[in-house]
Amino acid sequence: MIESLFPNVDWENMWEATLETLYMTAMSTFFTFVIGLVLGIVLFLTAPKQLWANSIVNWLTGAFVNIFRSIPFIILIILLIPFTKFLIGTIRGPNAALPALIIGAAPFYARMVLIALKEIDKGVIEAARSMGATTWTIIRKVLLPESKPALLSGITVTAIALVGYTAMAGIIGAGGLGTLAFLDGFQRSREDVTLMATILILVIVFAIQFIGDWMTTRSDKR
Amino acid sequence: MIELKKLSKVFDTGKGSLTAVDHVDLSIGAGEIFGIIGYSGAGKSTLIRLLNGLEKPSDGSVVINGQNITAIKGNDLRKARQKVSMIFQHFNLLWSRTVKENIEFPLEIAGVPKSKRDARVLELVELVGLKGRENAYPSQLSGGQKQRVGIARALANEPEVLLCDEATSALDPQTTDSILELLVDINKRLGLTIVLITHEMHVIRKICHRVAVMEGGRVVELGDVLNVFQSPKEEITKRFVAQVTDTEDSQETIKNLRKLYPTGELVKLVFVGDQTEQPILTQLIRKYPVDVNIVQGNIAHTQRGAYGTLILQMKGSAQEISEALTYLNAESVQTEVMSND
Repeated sequence: MIESLFPNVDWENMWEATLETLYMTAMSTFFTFVIGLVLGIVLFLTAPKQLWANSIVNWLTGAFVNIFRSIPFIILIILLIPFTKFLIGTIRGPNAALPALIIGAAPFYARMVLIALKEIDKGVIEAARSMGATTWTIIRKVLLPESKPALLSGITVTAIALVGYTAMAGIIGAGGLGTLAFLDGFQRSREDVTLMATILILVIVFAIQFIGDWMTTRSDKR
Repeated sequence: MIELKKLSKVFDTGKGSLTAVDHVDLSIGAGEIFGIIGYSGAGKSTLIRLLNGLEKPSDGSVVINGQNITAIKGNDLRKARQKVSMIFQHFNLLWSRTVKENIEFPLEIAGVPKSKRDARVLELVELVGLKGRENAYPSQLSGGQKQRVGIARALANEPEVLLCDEATSALDPQTTDSILELLVDINKRLGLTIVLITHEMHVIRKICHRVAVMEGGRVVELGDVLNVFQSPKEEITKRFVAQVTDTEDSQETIKNLRKLYPTGELVKLVFVGDQTEQPILTQLIRKYPVDVNIVQGNIAHTQRGAYGTLILQMKGSAQEISEALTYLNAESVQTEVMSND
């Protein structure tokens, strides 16, 4: 039945491509989370009247975030080719896609982190200061736990965007379902391959959304 | 215990400077419950934040227990803050932590080992009357319960001073009373010095020993709560006192009373402390041939004794009334004939 609906699909290739997409998404989401979190916290704490108020650092971080957030992803990949070659040694395959994916998504997530941190009641931070907390303690025990639901829903949105980015990266040979849909499906006019790749991407997106929503709800004690 | 010397705080707003606290000198004793009252914008909120270094003064100094809070920073300041803790109008609990974990937070900051933390939290939960609610999240608590967690949290590191920033302003009257009782209780039990700021004279009346009235960044009146109630000097203080005693002697009120009681003299009596427990009226009526009719009365209890006002209609000859008043004054009851004009 399935064989007759998708006559041209090579299931082994399809499975491998799915794993590559999952690998790229997982790795880039992880690094985006870490780097975006650091950037977001720096943006928050260096803003005027905050604990590390520093207009120069704030301006530089803000500029970096805004520039990389604004460059269209497909152009960013091309711009980063020399950097990728230097870092990974090649510009083909899932690992080669990671620098562009992370540099494209981390600033985006940094903005979401900043918004999440701004939502925290200033009084709670003041209370922690009044107890003699260090800034490091405030980050670890106040800022992160108190913004957890927003940080989780933000990374969910970012991870879903990253699934889309991996497909785009696939066009220039990153591998994964994007490459498969483009080379096997589009260029050889095998619509069933494109369709199957699309279905698998949708499944991945829905799974991420489901897990993300579940974690967000569970972490919210408000 | 707490010495404020020429303390000032000037804020730089975009359009110039704003003096929030203006050369305040105060001396607060150990174990005292000291109230600072003022309307919003009077600078009391800034003043209380100068006490634990959350705000840096523009001038002057704060010395708590021999330590100059305004001169230290970094680790020394953080250590000092563990001994000068604070509770807040909006409680400022971490919603992501349970009651138990919220109370544990300052202990974690102070580096108390886990095994000791548990025992201490249990003690505190009991002290503030939240036994059985340890594992609830703040969102599951009422306002009063949240403030109890705030108090337990503030007491965790055995502070010497407790600062209360409008601690009852977000609570209903009944809950306010129960929180105030808790504060008096811990003041007595732990010998803790309490400094509170409020805009409600009710709070001052109920628990404070002394009060400072703030207006425009300055302390305009300072004294024993009972004295301030008995003879407020400044206009603003009189308004605050009227909040609780309810006997506004505005011309309007006097006119209305006169309309209701057209004959005789209207006399306002002010009793303080022990006199509120003496049968002075009975004595008066027995000794002097005046007719007495009670128009309005009120007694307010403060930590330093009771304070009462009574408005009487007195009928009799001018001579008799004057003699009656002399007797009252001799019993050190303040009297004031409320004139008609």
